[in-house]
This record gives sequence, structure tokens and C-alpha cells, in this order.
Amino acid sequence: MNFNALFKPKTLAVIGVSLNNDRHPANVIYNKNNLRFQAEVFPVNDRGGILQGEMVYSRISDIPQEVDLAVIAVRSQMVPDIIAECIDAKVGGAVVISGGFAEIGRKDLQERMVSLASEAGFPFIGPNCLGIYSPPHMDTFFLPSERMVRPDRGRVALISQSGGTLVDQMSKFADEGIGLSLAVSIGNKALIRELDLLKYFAHDTGTDVMAFYVEGFEKNEGRKFVLAAGRCPKPVIVLKSGKSPGGSRAISSHTASMAGDYEVFSAVASQYGVVEARNEFELLSFCEALSCYNQSIEGRIGIITTSGGHGALAVDACSSRGLSVPTLSDQHQAEIRERVSSRVRAIASFSNPIDLTGSAVDDDFIAAAKFLSSMEEVDCVLILLLPYTPGVTSDLAARLSQIYRQAGKPLIAYVPHVEKYGIFIEGFEFNRIPVAHSIEGTVQMAEAMRRCQPC
Amino acid sequence: MKKGIRDILSASKDTGWVLEPQAKHLFSLAGLEVPRFTWATTEGEAVRFAQEIGYPAVAKVVSPRIVHKSDCDGVAVGIDTDRELTETFTRFSQVEDFAGVLVEEMVLGLELIVGAKIDYQFGPVILLGIGGTGVEVYRDITLRMAPLRERDVESMIKDLKAGRLLEGYRGSEPINRSELIRLLITFSELVMDLEEFIESIDLNPVICSSTSCVVADARIMLKETEERS
Repeated sequence: MNFNALFKPKTLAVIGVSLNNDRHPANVIYNKNNLRFQAEVFPVNDRGGILQGEMVYSRISDIPQEVDLAVIAVRSQMVPDIIAECIDAKVGGAVVISGGFAEIGRKDLQERMVSLASEAGFPFIGPNCLGIYSPPHMDTFFLPSERMVRPDRGRVALISQSGGTLVDQMSKFADEGIGLSLAVSIGNKALIRELDLLKYFAHDTGTDVMAFYVEGFEKNEGRKFVLAAGRCPKPVIVLKSGKSPGGSRAISSHTASMAGDYEVFSAVASQYGVVEARNEFELLSFCEALSCYNQSIEGRIGIITTSGGHGALAVDACSSRGLSVPTLSDQHQAEIRERVSSRVRAIASFSNPIDLTGSAVDDDFIAAAKFLSSMEEVDCVLILLLPYTPGVTSDLAARLSQIYRQAGKPLIAYVPHVEKYGIFIEGFEFNRIPVAHSIEGTVQMAEAMRRCQPC
Repeated sequence: MKKGIRDILSASKDTGWVLEPQAKHLFSLAGLEVPRFTWATTEGEAVRFAQEIGYPAVAKVVSPRIVHKSDCDGVAVGIDTDRELTETFTRFSQVEDFAGVLVEEMVLGLELIVGAKIDYQFGPVILLGIGGTGVEVYRDITLRMAPLRERDVESMIKDLKAGRLLEGYRGSEPINRSELIRLLITFSELVMDLEEFIESIDLNPVICSSTSCVVADARIMLKETEERS
């Protein structure tokens, strides 16, 4: 099946628009695409008529152009027939927004749809979903544009079984400055499932990182998914719900009792280099870190700060997440001392964490970061930046990013996230250095790279 | 799959699990090391075998009703005399559906658990952990999807919190690592072949020493009959 019509359509039919209810999901979808997106959009309703001065087509086959994507928002009983019409009219694919299928016990309707579509090689997303957000082409979410928080265009594809979770993550992406390539809500995932999208996005040139929210896999589907993720050169992050143990079914072997659904998922994910996000906070930090750095580290952390307390807390966080903070040799310490400004030289501590003290200036950060980035013993550097340090300026982030581009060692920053320091935060974000809200957050980002092991 | 293995599985269909003597036979057919054992149905047989392998010996009750033998006092270790063995035999013969006594040589070493489960989402998975009767108390275990590659096995051993015990701790000799690796890989291949038949397997304990890794107890839980083709 070819998914291009689904994700990059040039023409879009919205089937089921209402002539008298502007809040109908189909109308919301029609309006937002008509006003804001590039795909040409056609309204369809079997009664025909006029909507906002535009002609409403009574059948999809009446549309005078080839239709790439049909968005279907009609009553569930009618959906299989509409799918058949789309196939006859040579539409490229569909998003089925409508609910009322397997989730309420109407497996029969869902199965009819699937058998029609698979026979014809006709791809569709859903049913019972929000569908696809694919700027600048189109957006099938039935949420008014003005109510949505849209992240910047970027390199992370989000795929979610739950539409609500997806939209929520999108607003958090926007808040954290994480760029999104595409978002897909797959709902009942009757035909197109996580594995199909993994394979598609593995080849999508606009996507560098995939993040999935998964509630459950079918029989052996998890196995196929991790095997495919293991072969995929792009980082795959998975947040999976269902961590609490299931029912109290009598279990007569120790292995069955200890290898619960979640334990198995977690172990198998890491075996195949899938990055498991244990909660939504990790999902965000992992997306941010891996969208800046598609590389693995062993987890030997260098830390640069102007506050001893920040350094000590970072060391603790590293050790609780299985990352090491190697102590620098006397000779290395002496070498760094040589390179910093004379006021700092006398009072700073260089053992790792490197505490440059409140007297530090930009050049001291640069010298320390350059040195750590050149060391064999360190494979990732945390910069704990306190923007109220008098000698530090907002130019620092851009200069630090140059060090990454030369040395190739990932840098991760902490800046307190308050409005006043926005210019520092943006400095890092615009220069593609991930920047966390908290010390713990920087360490979480480093952990993402440690967990993202090539298979 | 070897015919002997298939025969044991089909003979156990009705019970839903494989009795220990048959499970041991199955694993030895698959190339895993098990203690020398016999399945004695009379006291005479039990004593004759114990004398042949030499004391101390281990005796375990065999009954299709008893999945967890130690829960009902059905395991006796360190039996040193004929008399002790006959007494144990008599005691075991009181249990419901008594089907004999398994008599075997006593093996010493570090107790591990090696297990398998056919997971709904991920298919066959393999478990390695610190074994014995306290497995579910300590829960020092690690899991991987089968079939295991050698690097999976290496990382499993590294995962165990009590991994230092395997390397020889406070004067004890390290366990034979290459035997453990061989056991895990052989076991994982066997589990791939048994996927359609089994629900889970416990090899608990697997007793590891500097020379060998021996499957000292084994339990195979079969899939519900109606699911089996």
C-alpha cells in the first residue's frame, strides 16, 4: 500500500459535512483545511447543496478532480459503503473519523471495512480517531484551529492510539520547542497499525525520530514491532500504558508470574534498542534529545556549572540513572585550569563537575566545554547554566553549539524556565541544543541517548 | 523436533503439564544437562538406584496433582541412608494420585532460575534469575525475547543484581560461564520449537558450579488443549 496520498495529499474530500451545523466534525475539518492548509478541499454530502458559497458534491465520484484523501465523518453504518465508493472512484486513501465500530462491539462493521480495503489495497487510518496532522498539507483533527497549540515544524513524528494524548503532547512539544513532522491518531487501528507507520516513517525524509503512544499490541505484534524498530536507523521512542499488573488469573509457574506484560515489554524494548519512555515527562525529554542528536552514548558524563549545588545534584541524578561522571586526572584538571580566565583559575574546581563559580564568563564555559568534548573519557556534556551569573551572556548558546558541530559530543543544557531567561532558552533551542527545565531533565536527556542503542 | 520430545508432550496433554521425570528426560534429549535420576515406583527400585549413584541423594514426590512440590513438603535433599530413603518413600506415597518418587544425585552450586513464557504480544521470552524457592521474593530476574543471541545472554548475566555471585564471591569459585551461555542458547532454541505447545517453563533451580550447569528441577506448563492444533 502506498501511504503518500494519506500523508501528503494534494486534494482532500471531506465526506459528511453538514449544511446546517457548523460544529459538525466534518465542517470543522473542512473549514480549517480550506482556510489554512495547502491541499485543495472538497465538501461532500449525499444531499448536495451549497456550503459557505461552495458547491457540496453529493458523491465522491462527482468531484471533477482526482481525490488523494477522503476524510470520512458519517454514521458508522454508512462507512463501509463510502469506503467502497472511494475505492471505485480511485481515491488514494482515507481517514475514518467516525466512531461506532469495534470499540462499542460492532466488530462486524469494522471487519467489512478492512476486508474491502485490504482487497483493493486501499489504505485508511482509524476508525474512531482524529487522523492526521500533516502541515503544511492538511489536518484532519476535528478541533478548531484557534483552540489547538501547534508546535513548530520539525523532525519528530508522533503516533498515538489515543487522540487526546496526542493533542496534549503536541501542546507540550510547542511549549518545549520540539519540532513536529507529523502527528497521527490511529484510533481503533483497524487496518494501519503502529508497525505499518514505523516502516513508512523509517523512509520519510521529513522525519528523524518516531515517538509512539501504545496501549496494546495484538498477538505477536509486539515482536514484529521491536524487530522492525531494531532494524530502523532512526530512534524509536515508545510510551506504553498498562504498567499495573492485570487480573489475578491463577499462575502456576514462577516465570509466568514474574514475566508480566509490562516487564516483558520493557525488557524486550531495550533488547532491540527501542527507547522506552516510562512516563510523559520522559517522552518529552527523549523526543527533544533524540531530535537534536541521533546518536548513542555509553553514558560518561561531563558536567559544567557555576554552582557547586547544581553539580552535586546532577551527579546524584546521573548515578540514579546508571550514568557515570568520571573524575578528571590531575593532569587534565591542570590543563583546563590553564585555559580559563585568571580570576576563575584561582577559585574554580576542575575535577568534574567543573564548577566555574559565579565569576565565570562565556569564554570559560567555551574553554571547559571544548576540553571535555575532546576527552576520550567523556561522551556527553551537561551545561548547567544560571543566567544570572554576571559574566554570562545570551551569546553563549550559539558559541557552544559550534563546539558540538566540531567535536560531535552531544551537549545538553539546563536553564531555569522562566520568562525572563527566554532569550537564553531560545539561544539553545535555535542552535539545536536540547535545553531542560531541571537538572534531572538534562540527565533524562542523556539517558535517552544511552538507551537508544543500535541493535 | 525430536520424536522423543513430541511423545512426551503428547503424553502429558491431559494433565496440562509435564511431570518432572518426563520434563528432565525431555531436556536431556534437547542437550541440557540433568542429574542422574530414576523414576522409582517401588522402594526397592529407589534404594537400588541410590546405592548405584551413591549417597547423598535427593527424593521428590511425583504426582499429577502436585505442581509445586516444596509447598507440600514433597522434596527431600541430603538423604544419606537406605532407611532414610525408604521412610521418605513411604511418606510421599500418601499423597493424592501418587505416581512414584524421583530419586537423583545431589548437585551443589549456585541456584539460578531459567524460564520461558509464550507472551501474547512478544512470543517466546526467556527469563534468567537468582533461583531457589525464594525467586518470587527476591525477584532478581531479567528477560529477553527468544531466540537469544550470544550478546543477549551476556547482557542478561550483567543485568542480575546478584551477578557478583556468579563471578565467585568471597572465596567461592566462579560459575562456568560458558556452560551457562550454552544452556541459555540451547534452551532458547528449544523454546522456539515448543512455542505452539507450551505456556511456560521453569527450570528452577539450575545449579551452576565451576564445572557445569545442571537442570535440577523442571516444570513445563502446556497450552490449553483446545488452543492446540
